[in-house]
Amino acid sequence: MTPIIEVVDLKHVYSPGTPFEHKGLDGVSFRVERGQTVGIIGHTGSGKSTLIQHLNGLLKPTSGKVYLDGTYILKDKQTTRNARFRVGLVLQYPEYQLFEETVRADISFGPKNMGLSDAEVKKRVEAAAACVGLTEALMEKSPFDLSGGQKRRVAIAGVLAMEPEVLILDEPTAGLDPKGRADILENLKVYQRQKNATLMIVSHSMEEIASFADQLLVLQKGRVAMYDTPAEVFKKAAALQEMGLAVPQITQVFLRLKELGVDIDTDVYTTGYGLKTILAKKEGAGHA
Amino acid sequence: MLKDITLGQYFPGKTIIHRLDPRTKIIMVVVYIVALFLAVKYASYGLMLAFLVSVMILSRISPKRLLSGMKPLIIIILLTGILNIFYTGGEHLLVHWRFIRIYREGLINAGYMILRIIMLISGTFLLTYTTSPIELTDGLERLLSPLKKLHVPVHELSMMMCIALRFIPTLIEETDKIIAAQKARGADFETGNIFRRAKALVPILVPMFISAFRRADELAVAMECRCYHGGEGRTRMKIMKMKLRDYVTFLIGALLLAGVIVLRHFGL
Repeated sequence: MTPIIEVVDLKHVYSPGTPFEHKGLDGVSFRVERGQTVGIIGHTGSGKSTLIQHLNGLLKPTSGKVYLDGTYILKDKQTTRNARFRVGLVLQYPEYQLFEETVRADISFGPKNMGLSDAEVKKRVEAAAACVGLTEALMEKSPFDLSGGQKRRVAIAGVLAMEPEVLILDEPTAGLDPKGRADILENLKVYQRQKNATLMIVSHSMEEIASFADQLLVLQKGRVAMYDTPAEVFKKAAALQEMGLAVPQITQVFLRLKELGVDIDTDVYTTGYGLKTILAKKEGAGHA
Repeated sequence: MLKDITLGQYFPGKTIIHRLDPRTKIIMVVVYIVALFLAVKYASYGLMLAFLVSVMILSRISPKRLLSGMKPLIIIILLTGILNIFYTGGEHLLVHWRFIRIYREGLINAGYMILRIIMLISGTFLLTYTTSPIELTDGLERLLSPLKKLHVPVHELSMMMCIALRFIPTLIEETDKIIAAQKARGADFETGNIFRRAKALVPILVPMFISAFRRADELAVAMECRCYHGGEGRTRMKIMKMKLRDYVTFLIGALLLAGVIVLRHFGL
Protein backbone atom coordinates (compact mmCIF):
# COMPACT_ATOMS: atom_id res chain seq x y z
CA MET A 1 0.00 0.00 0.00
CA THR A 2 1.20 3.53 -0.72
CA PRO A 3 2.12 5.39 2.44
CA ILE A 4 -0.15 8.39 3.07
CA ILE A 5 2.89 10.62 3.45
CA GLU A 6 6.31 10.02 2.01
CA VAL A 7 9.14 12.51 2.43
CA VAL A 8 12.24 12.05 0.29
CA ASP A 9 15.53 13.77 1.06
CA LEU A 10 13.90 17.07 2.00
CA LYS A 11 16.23 20.05 2.35
CA HIS A 12 15.34 23.61 3.23
CA VAL A 13 17.77 26.52 3.45
CA TYR A 14 16.59 29.78 5.03
CA SER A 15 17.73 33.15 3.59
CA PRO A 16 20.21 31.67 1.13
CA GLY A 17 23.06 33.96 0.14
CA THR A 18 22.89 36.25 3.19
CA PRO A 19 24.75 36.16 6.53
CA PHE A 20 21.50 34.80 8.00
CA GLU A 21 21.63 31.67 5.85
CA HIS A 22 21.02 28.47 7.78
CA LYS A 23 19.82 24.98 7.09
CA GLY A 24 16.32 24.35 8.41
CA LEU A 25 16.19 20.82 7.07
CA ASP A 26 19.15 18.82 5.87
CA GLY A 27 18.04 15.69 4.08
CA VAL A 28 14.93 14.38 5.85
CA SER A 29 13.31 11.15 4.61
CA PHE A 30 10.54 9.10 6.19
CA ARG A 31 7.13 7.60 5.47
CA VAL A 32 3.90 7.54 7.42
CA GLU A 33 1.23 4.86 6.96
CA ARG A 34 -2.49 5.64 6.96
CA GLY A 35 -4.06 5.76 10.42
CA GLN A 36 -0.78 6.04 12.29
CA THR A 37 -0.10 8.52 15.06
CA VAL A 38 3.38 10.00 14.72
CA GLY A 39 4.95 12.07 17.46
CA ILE A 40 7.62 14.55 16.35
CA ILE A 41 10.16 15.50 18.98
CA GLY A 42 13.37 17.47 18.86
CA HIS A 43 15.25 20.26 20.55
CA THR A 44 14.25 23.88 19.79
CA GLY A 45 15.47 24.72 16.30
CA SER A 46 15.78 21.10 15.21
CA GLY A 47 13.48 21.75 12.24
CA LYS A 48 10.13 20.44 13.53
CA SER A 49 8.05 23.45 12.52
CA THR A 50 9.89 23.77 9.21
CA LEU A 51 9.22 20.12 8.44
CA ILE A 52 5.50 20.19 9.08
CA GLN A 53 5.02 23.29 6.93
CA HIS A 54 6.41 21.30 3.99
CA LEU A 55 3.88 18.54 4.41
CA ASN A 56 1.00 20.64 3.05
CA GLY A 57 3.07 22.74 0.67
CA LEU A 58 3.17 25.93 2.74
CA LEU A 59 6.94 26.02 2.43
CA LYS A 60 8.72 25.03 -0.76
CA PRO A 61 11.76 22.84 -0.20
CA THR A 62 15.18 23.83 -1.53
CA SER A 63 15.41 20.23 -2.75
CA GLY A 64 13.61 16.96 -2.08
CA LYS A 65 9.98 15.97 -2.44
CA VAL A 66 6.87 15.33 -0.39
CA TYR A 67 4.33 12.78 -1.66
CA LEU A 68 0.76 12.66 -0.38
CA ASP A 69 -0.85 9.32 -1.09
CA GLY A 70 1.64 8.79 -3.90
CA THR A 71 1.19 12.23 -5.53
CA TYR A 72 3.93 14.88 -5.52
CA ILE A 73 2.20 17.74 -3.70
CA LEU A 74 3.85 20.57 -5.66
CA LYS A 75 3.01 18.99 -9.05
CA ASP A 76 0.74 21.91 -10.01
CA LYS A 77 -1.32 24.62 -8.31
CA GLN A 78 -4.47 22.52 -8.08
CA THR A 79 -2.62 19.60 -6.46
CA THR A 80 -1.05 21.93 -3.90
CA ARG A 81 -4.41 23.48 -3.09
CA ASN A 82 -5.94 20.04 -2.66
CA ALA A 83 -3.05 19.03 -0.43
CA ARG A 84 -3.86 22.00 1.83
CA PHE A 85 -7.35 20.56 2.36
CA ARG A 86 -6.28 16.94 2.68
CA VAL A 87 -3.50 17.73 5.14
CA GLY A 88 -4.90 19.87 7.95
CA LEU A 89 -2.21 21.89 9.68
CA VAL A 90 -2.65 23.51 13.09
CA LEU A 91 0.31 25.79 13.77
CA GLN A 92 1.69 26.80 17.15
CA TYR A 93 -0.65 29.00 19.22
CA PRO A 94 -3.40 28.75 16.60
CA GLU A 95 -5.71 31.01 18.65
CA TYR A 96 -3.93 34.04 17.13
CA GLN A 97 -5.36 33.23 13.71
CA LEU A 98 -9.00 33.81 14.75
CA PHE A 99 -10.58 36.79 13.02
CA GLU A 100 -14.32 36.35 12.47
CA GLU A 101 -17.19 37.92 14.40
CA THR A 102 -18.55 34.65 15.71
CA VAL A 103 -17.08 31.30 16.56
CA ARG A 104 -19.32 29.66 13.98
CA ALA A 105 -18.15 31.98 11.19
CA ASP A 106 -14.53 31.38 12.10
CA ILE A 107 -14.85 27.61 12.01
CA SER A 108 -16.66 27.91 8.64
CA PHE A 109 -13.71 29.74 7.04
CA GLY A 110 -11.84 26.57 6.02
CA PRO A 111 -14.77 24.55 4.64
CA LYS A 112 -16.10 27.64 2.81
CA ASN A 113 -12.72 28.04 1.09
CA MET A 114 -13.13 24.47 -0.11
CA GLY A 115 -16.18 25.59 -2.06
CA LEU A 116 -18.64 23.28 -0.27
CA SER A 117 -22.40 23.88 -0.21
CA ASP A 118 -23.88 25.84 2.70
CA ALA A 119 -25.59 22.74 4.04
CA GLU A 120 -22.36 20.75 3.95
CA VAL A 121 -20.43 23.60 5.61
CA LYS A 122 -23.03 23.77 8.37
CA LYS A 123 -22.90 20.03 8.91
CA ARG A 124 -19.12 19.98 9.12
CA VAL A 125 -18.97 22.99 11.45
CA GLU A 126 -21.43 21.32 13.84
CA ALA A 127 -19.46 18.08 13.76
CA ALA A 128 -16.11 19.81 14.33
CA ALA A 129 -17.50 21.92 17.17
CA ALA A 130 -18.98 18.84 18.81
CA CYS A 131 -15.69 17.00 18.42
CA VAL A 132 -13.75 19.59 20.44
CA GLY A 133 -16.59 20.06 22.93
CA LEU A 134 -17.80 23.55 22.01
CA THR A 135 -21.35 24.10 23.21
CA GLU A 136 -24.11 25.63 21.10
CA ALA A 137 -24.12 28.74 23.33
CA LEU A 138 -20.47 29.45 22.51
CA MET A 139 -21.01 29.25 18.76
CA GLU A 140 -22.60 32.69 18.43
CA LYS A 141 -20.08 34.45 20.69
CA SER A 142 -17.13 36.49 19.46
CA PRO A 143 -14.01 34.32 19.52
CA PHE A 144 -12.18 37.17 21.27
CA ASP A 145 -14.43 36.87 24.34
CA LEU A 146 -13.42 33.28 25.00
CA SER A 147 -10.80 31.93 27.38
CA GLY A 148 -7.41 30.80 26.07
CA GLY A 149 -8.33 27.12 26.14
CA GLN A 150 -11.64 27.73 24.38
CA LYS A 151 -9.94 29.82 21.69
CA ARG A 152 -7.52 26.96 21.09
CA ARG A 153 -10.44 24.59 20.59
CA VAL A 154 -12.11 26.95 18.14
CA ALA A 155 -8.89 27.18 16.14
CA ILE A 156 -8.48 23.40 16.07
CA ALA A 157 -12.15 22.98 15.11
CA GLY A 158 -11.49 25.40 12.22
CA VAL A 159 -9.07 22.84 10.78
CA LEU A 160 -11.09 19.75 11.75
CA ALA A 161 -14.07 21.17 9.85
CA MET A 162 -12.12 20.69 6.62
CA GLU A 163 -12.11 16.98 7.52
CA PRO A 164 -8.48 16.40 6.54
CA GLU A 165 -7.16 12.85 6.08
CA VAL A 166 -3.92 13.86 7.75
CA LEU A 167 -4.00 16.13 10.76
CA ILE A 168 -0.76 17.78 11.81
CA LEU A 169 -0.52 19.82 14.98
CA ASP A 170 2.39 21.89 16.27
CA GLU A 171 2.32 21.73 20.07
CA PRO A 172 -1.45 21.70 20.36
CA THR A 173 -1.31 21.59 24.16
CA ALA A 174 1.36 24.24 24.83
CA GLY A 175 0.33 26.68 27.54
CA LEU A 176 -2.81 24.80 28.58
CA ASP A 177 -3.63 23.40 32.01
CA PRO A 178 -3.49 19.59 32.55
CA LYS A 179 -7.25 19.19 32.09
CA GLY A 180 -7.20 21.23 28.89
CA ARG A 181 -4.29 19.15 27.58
CA ALA A 182 -5.99 15.84 28.26
CA ASP A 183 -9.26 17.05 26.71
CA ILE A 184 -7.65 18.19 23.48
CA LEU A 185 -5.65 14.99 23.06
CA GLU A 186 -8.82 12.96 23.69
CA ASN A 187 -10.74 15.05 21.09
CA LEU A 188 -8.00 14.37 18.55
CA LYS A 189 -8.14 10.63 19.19
CA VAL A 190 -11.92 10.69 18.69
CA TYR A 191 -11.50 12.51 15.37
CA GLN A 192 -8.86 10.01 14.29
CA ARG A 193 -11.15 7.05 15.04
CA GLN A 194 -14.12 8.63 13.26
CA LYS A 195 -12.28 9.41 10.04
CA ASN A 196 -9.47 6.85 10.14
CA ALA A 197 -7.21 9.90 9.91
CA THR A 198 -3.46 10.04 10.27
CA LEU A 199 -2.17 12.19 13.13
CA MET A 200 1.18 13.91 13.46
CA ILE A 201 1.90 15.84 16.62
CA VAL A 202 4.85 17.99 17.62
CA SER A 203 5.32 18.01 21.36
CA HIS A 204 7.83 18.86 24.04
CA SER A 205 6.18 16.67 26.64
CA MET A 206 7.66 13.18 26.59
CA GLU A 207 4.91 11.85 28.86
CA GLU A 208 2.26 13.11 26.49
CA ILE A 209 3.89 11.81 23.36
CA ALA A 210 4.77 8.44 24.93
CA SER A 211 1.16 7.64 25.72
CA PHE A 212 -0.20 9.11 22.49
CA ALA A 213 1.98 8.20 19.53
CA ASP A 214 2.71 4.84 17.97
CA GLN A 215 5.75 6.08 16.02
CA LEU A 216 8.26 8.70 17.13
CA LEU A 217 10.23 10.90 14.76
CA VAL A 218 13.23 12.41 16.51
CA LEU A 219 14.79 15.38 14.73
CA GLN A 220 18.20 16.84 15.41
CA LYS A 221 19.78 19.73 13.51
CA GLY A 222 17.45 19.24 10.56
CA ARG A 223 18.07 15.49 10.25
CA VAL A 224 16.13 12.44 11.34
CA ALA A 225 18.01 11.08 14.36
CA MET A 226 15.57 8.23 15.07
CA TYR A 227 12.28 7.00 13.66
CA ASP A 228 10.86 4.12 15.64
CA THR A 229 8.25 3.06 18.18
CA PRO A 230 8.31 4.94 21.52
CA ALA A 231 9.60 1.80 23.25
CA GLU A 232 12.63 1.60 20.96
CA VAL A 233 13.29 5.35 21.08
CA PHE A 234 13.12 5.64 24.84
CA LYS A 235 15.54 2.72 25.20
CA LYS A 236 18.20 5.10 23.98
CA ALA A 237 17.93 7.42 26.97
CA ALA A 238 21.58 8.49 26.84
CA ALA A 239 21.41 9.44 23.15
CA LEU A 240 18.24 11.43 23.74
CA GLN A 241 19.80 13.31 26.62
CA GLU A 242 22.73 14.20 24.42
CA MET A 243 20.27 15.85 22.00
CA GLY A 244 18.81 17.93 24.82
CA LEU A 245 15.75 15.70 25.09
CA ALA A 246 14.63 13.51 27.95
CA VAL A 247 12.83 10.23 28.47
CA PRO A 248 9.48 10.25 30.32
CA GLN A 249 9.76 10.63 34.09
CA ILE A 250 8.45 7.11 34.68
CA THR A 251 11.22 5.73 32.45
CA GLN A 252 13.74 7.73 34.44
CA VAL A 253 12.45 6.09 37.63
CA PHE A 254 12.90 2.63 36.14
CA LEU A 255 16.35 3.43 34.79
CA ARG A 256 17.39 4.61 38.26
CA LEU A 257 15.94 1.45 39.85
CA LYS A 258 18.00 -0.64 37.46
CA GLU A 259 21.06 1.43 38.32
CA LEU A 260 20.46 0.76 42.00
CA GLY A 261 20.62 -2.97 41.29
CA VAL A 262 16.93 -3.87 41.05
CA ASP A 263 16.42 -6.55 38.41
CA ILE A 264 13.70 -4.86 36.36
CA ASP A 265 12.83 -4.13 32.73
CA THR A 266 13.35 -0.51 31.75
CA ASP A 267 11.19 -0.41 28.61
CA VAL A 268 8.50 1.41 30.53
CA TYR A 269 7.27 4.74 29.26
CA THR A 270 3.73 5.15 30.54
CA THR A 271 2.63 5.24 34.15
CA GLY A 272 0.03 2.53 33.58
CA TYR A 273 2.53 0.09 32.16
CA GLY A 274 4.98 1.03 34.92
CA LEU A 275 2.45 0.10 37.56
CA LYS A 276 1.82 -3.26 35.87
CA THR A 277 5.53 -3.98 35.68
CA ILE A 278 6.05 -3.22 39.36
CA LEU A 279 3.05 -5.29 40.42
CA ALA A 280 4.22 -8.21 38.26
CA LYS A 281 7.66 -7.91 39.83
CA LYS A 282 6.15 -7.89 43.32
CA GLU A 283 4.05 -10.93 42.56
CA GLY A 284 7.03 -12.72 41.06
CA ALA A 285 9.03 -11.95 44.21
CA GLY A 286 6.17 -13.21 46.39
CA HIS A 287 6.13 -16.54 44.63
CA ALA A 288 9.85 -17.00 44.74
CA MET B 1 8.31 35.79 1.72
CA LEU B 2 8.10 38.96 3.78
CA LYS B 3 11.33 38.07 5.56
CA ASP B 4 13.35 38.71 2.43
CA ILE B 5 12.82 42.48 2.51
CA THR B 6 16.26 44.02 2.97
CA LEU B 7 15.52 47.73 2.72
CA GLY B 8 17.08 49.35 5.78
CA GLN B 9 18.19 46.06 7.26
CA TYR B 10 21.18 45.63 9.54
CA PHE B 11 23.88 43.09 8.73
CA PRO B 12 25.90 42.42 11.88
CA GLY B 13 29.66 42.56 11.61
CA LYS B 14 32.82 43.62 13.40
CA THR B 15 34.55 45.78 10.80
CA ILE B 16 35.93 49.24 11.55
CA ILE B 17 32.84 50.77 9.91
CA HIS B 18 30.56 48.73 12.16
CA ARG B 19 32.48 49.86 15.22
CA LEU B 20 32.43 53.59 14.48
CA ASP B 21 30.32 55.74 16.76
CA PRO B 22 26.81 55.97 15.27
CA ARG B 23 26.95 59.76 15.56
CA THR B 24 30.07 59.79 13.41
CA LYS B 25 28.36 57.67 10.81
CA ILE B 26 25.24 59.83 10.72
CA ILE B 27 27.29 63.03 10.38
CA MET B 28 29.42 61.39 7.70
CA VAL B 29 26.34 60.43 5.72
CA VAL B 30 25.19 64.07 5.84
CA VAL B 31 28.65 65.26 4.77
CA TYR B 32 28.68 62.65 2.01
CA ILE B 33 25.28 63.74 0.70
CA VAL B 34 26.27 67.41 0.70
CA ALA B 35 29.51 66.59 -1.11
CA LEU B 36 27.60 64.45 -3.61
CA PHE B 37 25.38 67.40 -4.52
CA LEU B 38 28.39 69.67 -4.87
CA ALA B 39 30.10 67.29 -7.27
CA VAL B 40 29.92 68.46 -10.89
CA LYS B 41 32.02 66.39 -13.27
CA TYR B 42 34.00 63.19 -13.61
CA ALA B 43 36.86 64.23 -11.31
CA SER B 44 34.64 65.06 -8.33
CA TYR B 45 32.39 62.08 -9.03
CA GLY B 46 35.50 59.91 -9.20
CA LEU B 47 36.60 61.17 -5.79
CA MET B 48 33.14 60.42 -4.32
CA LEU B 49 33.07 56.99 -5.93
CA ALA B 50 36.51 56.21 -4.53
CA PHE B 51 35.27 57.15 -1.07
CA LEU B 52 32.12 55.04 -1.43
CA VAL B 53 34.02 52.01 -2.70
CA SER B 54 36.58 52.21 0.13
CA VAL B 55 33.79 52.34 2.73
CA MET B 56 32.16 49.40 0.99
CA ILE B 57 35.38 47.37 1.08
CA LEU B 58 36.08 48.31 4.71
CA SER B 59 32.57 47.31 5.81
CA ARG B 60 32.68 44.06 3.75
CA ILE B 61 29.26 44.76 2.24
CA SER B 62 29.24 43.33 -1.27
CA PRO B 63 28.11 45.56 -4.18
CA LYS B 64 25.66 42.81 -5.04
CA ARG B 65 23.86 43.23 -1.73
CA LEU B 66 23.78 47.02 -2.08
CA LEU B 67 22.30 46.75 -5.55
CA SER B 68 19.80 44.05 -4.60
CA GLY B 69 18.46 46.39 -1.92
CA MET B 70 17.79 48.97 -4.64
CA LYS B 71 15.45 46.75 -6.62
CA PRO B 72 12.26 48.48 -5.42
CA LEU B 73 13.72 51.86 -6.50
CA ILE B 74 14.72 50.91 -10.05
CA ILE B 75 11.66 52.56 -11.58
CA ILE B 76 12.29 55.90 -9.84
CA ILE B 77 15.94 55.84 -10.86
CA LEU B 78 15.17 55.05 -14.51
CA LEU B 79 12.38 57.62 -14.67
CA THR B 80 14.70 60.36 -13.40
CA GLY B 81 17.25 59.38 -16.01
CA ILE B 82 14.75 59.38 -18.86
CA LEU B 83 13.26 62.76 -17.87
CA ASN B 84 16.73 64.24 -17.79
CA ILE B 85 17.47 63.00 -21.30
CA PHE B 86 14.46 64.84 -22.71
CA TYR B 87 14.54 68.02 -20.69
CA THR B 88 18.16 69.02 -20.98
CA GLY B 89 19.03 71.48 -23.70
CA GLY B 90 22.50 71.94 -25.24
CA GLU B 91 24.53 72.44 -28.37
CA HIS B 92 25.04 68.97 -29.78
CA LEU B 93 21.70 67.81 -31.16
CA LEU B 94 21.73 64.01 -31.57
CA VAL B 95 18.12 63.12 -32.35
CA HIS B 96 15.39 65.34 -33.67
CA TRP B 97 12.06 63.67 -34.35
CA ARG B 98 8.88 65.76 -34.23
CA PHE B 99 8.88 67.45 -30.82
CA ILE B 100 11.56 65.20 -29.33
CA ARG B 101 15.04 66.63 -29.20
CA ILE B 102 17.85 64.73 -27.54
CA TYR B 103 21.14 66.49 -26.94
CA ARG B 104 24.48 64.96 -26.02
CA GLU B 105 24.41 67.08 -22.86
CA GLY B 106 21.11 65.46 -21.95
CA LEU B 107 22.59 61.98 -22.12
CA ILE B 108 25.59 62.98 -20.03
CA ASN B 109 23.38 64.78 -17.54
CA ALA B 110 21.09 61.73 -17.24
CA GLY B 111 24.12 59.50 -16.65
CA TYR B 112 25.37 61.74 -13.86
CA MET B 113 21.89 61.92 -12.36
CA ILE B 114 21.48 58.15 -12.24
CA LEU B 115 24.98 57.77 -10.82
CA ARG B 116 24.19 60.39 -8.19
CA ILE B 117 20.98 58.70 -7.07
CA ILE B 118 22.60 55.27 -6.92
CA MET B 119 25.51 56.68 -4.91
CA LEU B 120 23.12 58.55 -2.64
CA ILE B 121 21.15 55.40 -1.88
CA SER B 122 24.31 53.31 -1.51
CA GLY B 123 25.67 55.75 1.07
CA THR B 124 22.56 55.65 3.24
CA PHE B 125 22.31 51.87 2.82
CA LEU B 126 25.86 51.52 4.09
CA LEU B 127 24.76 53.39 7.22
CA THR B 128 21.76 51.17 7.95
CA TYR B 129 23.58 47.98 6.90
CA THR B 130 26.40 48.60 9.39
CA THR B 131 24.52 50.24 12.28
CA SER B 132 21.93 48.44 14.39
CA PRO B 133 18.60 50.25 14.73
CA ILE B 134 19.19 50.75 18.44
CA GLU B 135 22.56 52.41 17.84
CA LEU B 136 21.03 54.51 15.11
CA THR B 137 18.24 55.92 17.28
CA ASP B 138 20.64 56.39 20.20
CA GLY B 139 22.96 58.33 17.94
CA LEU B 140 20.13 60.44 16.58
CA GLU B 141 18.90 61.21 20.06
CA ARG B 142 22.33 62.41 21.12
CA LEU B 143 22.75 64.48 17.99
CA LEU B 144 19.34 66.09 18.40
CA SER B 145 19.58 66.59 22.16
CA PRO B 146 20.27 70.36 21.83
CA LEU B 147 16.66 70.60 20.60
CA LYS B 148 15.52 69.63 24.10
CA LYS B 149 16.13 73.25 25.06
CA LEU B 150 13.37 74.15 22.61
CA HIS B 151 11.04 71.65 24.35
CA VAL B 152 11.17 69.17 21.51
CA PRO B 153 10.53 65.74 23.12
CA VAL B 154 13.69 64.25 21.62
CA HIS B 155 13.92 61.31 24.01
CA GLU B 156 10.30 60.32 23.57
CA LEU B 157 10.58 60.56 19.80
CA SER B 158 13.69 58.42 19.69
CA MET B 159 12.11 55.91 22.07
CA MET B 160 9.11 55.65 19.77
CA MET B 161 11.35 55.19 16.78
CA CYS B 162 13.39 52.60 18.63
CA ILE B 163 10.30 50.60 19.60
CA ALA B 164 8.91 50.82 16.08
CA LEU B 165 12.18 49.58 14.59
CA ARG B 166 12.47 46.86 17.20
CA PHE B 167 9.01 45.51 16.42
CA ILE B 168 9.18 45.54 12.63
CA PRO B 169 10.88 42.12 12.42
CA THR B 170 8.62 40.74 15.15
CA LEU B 171 5.49 41.87 13.36
CA ILE B 172 6.79 40.59 10.03
CA GLU B 173 7.44 37.21 11.59
CA GLU B 174 4.00 37.20 13.16
CA THR B 175 2.36 38.19 9.88
CA ASP B 176 4.18 35.36 8.15
CA LYS B 177 2.77 32.96 10.74
CA ILE B 178 -0.77 34.27 10.36
CA ILE B 179 -0.53 34.07 6.57
CA ALA B 180 0.70 30.48 6.90
CA ALA B 181 -2.15 29.60 9.26
CA GLN B 182 -4.81 31.08 6.98
CA LYS B 183 -3.27 29.47 3.91
CA ALA B 184 -3.44 26.16 5.74
CA ARG B 185 -7.18 26.82 6.00
CA GLY B 186 -7.34 27.31 2.26
CA ALA B 187 -7.23 31.12 2.13
CA ASP B 188 -6.39 32.32 -1.36
CA PHE B 189 -4.59 35.68 -1.76
CA GLU B 190 -3.54 35.32 -5.37
CA THR B 191 -6.64 34.98 -7.51
CA GLY B 192 -9.74 37.09 -8.11
CA ASN B 193 -10.27 40.78 -8.83
CA ILE B 194 -9.04 43.61 -6.64
CA PHE B 195 -12.10 43.59 -4.36
CA ARG B 196 -11.82 39.87 -3.77
CA ARG B 197 -8.15 40.24 -2.97
CA ALA B 198 -8.77 43.14 -0.61
CA LYS B 199 -11.39 41.06 1.15
CA ALA B 200 -8.97 38.16 1.36
CA LEU B 201 -6.73 40.35 3.52
CA VAL B 202 -9.26 40.60 6.35
CA PRO B 203 -8.26 37.22 7.86
CA ILE B 204 -4.70 38.57 8.08
CA LEU B 205 -5.31 42.16 9.14
CA VAL B 206 -7.67 41.43 12.04
CA PRO B 207 -5.33 39.02 13.84
CA MET B 208 -2.39 41.34 13.08
CA PHE B 209 -4.02 44.37 14.67
CA ILE B 210 -5.07 42.36 17.68
CA SER B 211 -1.58 41.02 18.13
CA ALA B 212 -0.01 44.47 17.71
CA PHE B 213 -2.29 45.91 20.41
CA ARG B 214 -1.59 42.97 22.68
CA ARG B 215 2.15 43.46 22.22
CA ALA B 216 1.89 47.19 22.89
CA ASP B 217 -0.03 46.46 26.07
CA GLU B 218 2.47 43.86 27.26
CA LEU B 219 5.41 46.13 26.47
CA ALA B 220 3.84 49.02 28.40
CA VAL B 221 3.38 46.80 31.46
CA ALA B 222 6.95 45.47 31.15
CA MET B 223 8.33 49.02 30.90
CA GLU B 224 6.36 50.20 33.90
CA CYS B 225 7.52 47.19 35.91
CA ARG B 226 11.03 48.45 35.31
CA CYS B 227 10.02 51.93 36.45
CA TYR B 228 10.42 53.59 33.07
CA HIS B 229 9.25 57.17 33.27
CA GLY B 230 10.62 58.95 30.24
CA GLY B 231 13.80 60.87 29.62
CA GLU B 232 14.13 62.93 32.80
CA GLY B 233 17.32 62.00 34.67
CA ARG B 234 17.77 58.78 32.72
CA THR B 235 21.27 57.33 32.53
CA ARG B 236 22.62 54.93 29.92
CA MET B 237 24.19 51.54 30.00
CA LYS B 238 26.34 52.20 26.96
CA ILE B 239 27.78 55.69 26.97
CA MET B 240 28.87 56.75 23.53
CA LYS B 241 32.39 58.01 23.38
CA MET B 242 34.23 59.42 20.41
CA LYS B 243 37.47 57.57 19.84
CA LEU B 244 40.51 58.22 17.71
CA ARG B 245 38.94 56.40 14.75
CA ASP B 246 35.98 58.78 14.89
CA TYR B 247 38.21 61.86 14.75
CA VAL B 248 40.14 60.32 11.87
CA THR B 249 36.83 59.74 10.09
CA PHE B 250 35.83 63.38 10.58
CA LEU B 251 39.17 64.43 9.14
CA ILE B 252 38.56 62.24 6.08
CA GLY B 253 35.07 63.71 5.76
CA ALA B 254 36.45 67.26 5.90
CA LEU B 255 39.07 66.43 3.28
CA LEU B 256 36.45 64.84 1.04
CA LEU B 257 34.25 67.91 1.27
CA ALA B 258 37.20 70.25 0.69
CA GLY B 259 38.37 68.17 -2.26
CA VAL B 260 34.97 68.29 -3.94
CA ILE B 261 34.69 72.06 -3.38
CA VAL B 262 38.14 72.67 -4.87
CA LEU B 263 37.34 70.45 -7.90
CA ARG B 264 34.05 72.29 -8.30
CA HIS B 265 35.89 75.58 -8.30
CA PHE B 266 37.89 74.38 -11.31
CA GLY B 267 34.74 73.03 -12.92
CA LEU B 268 35.90 69.42 -12.81
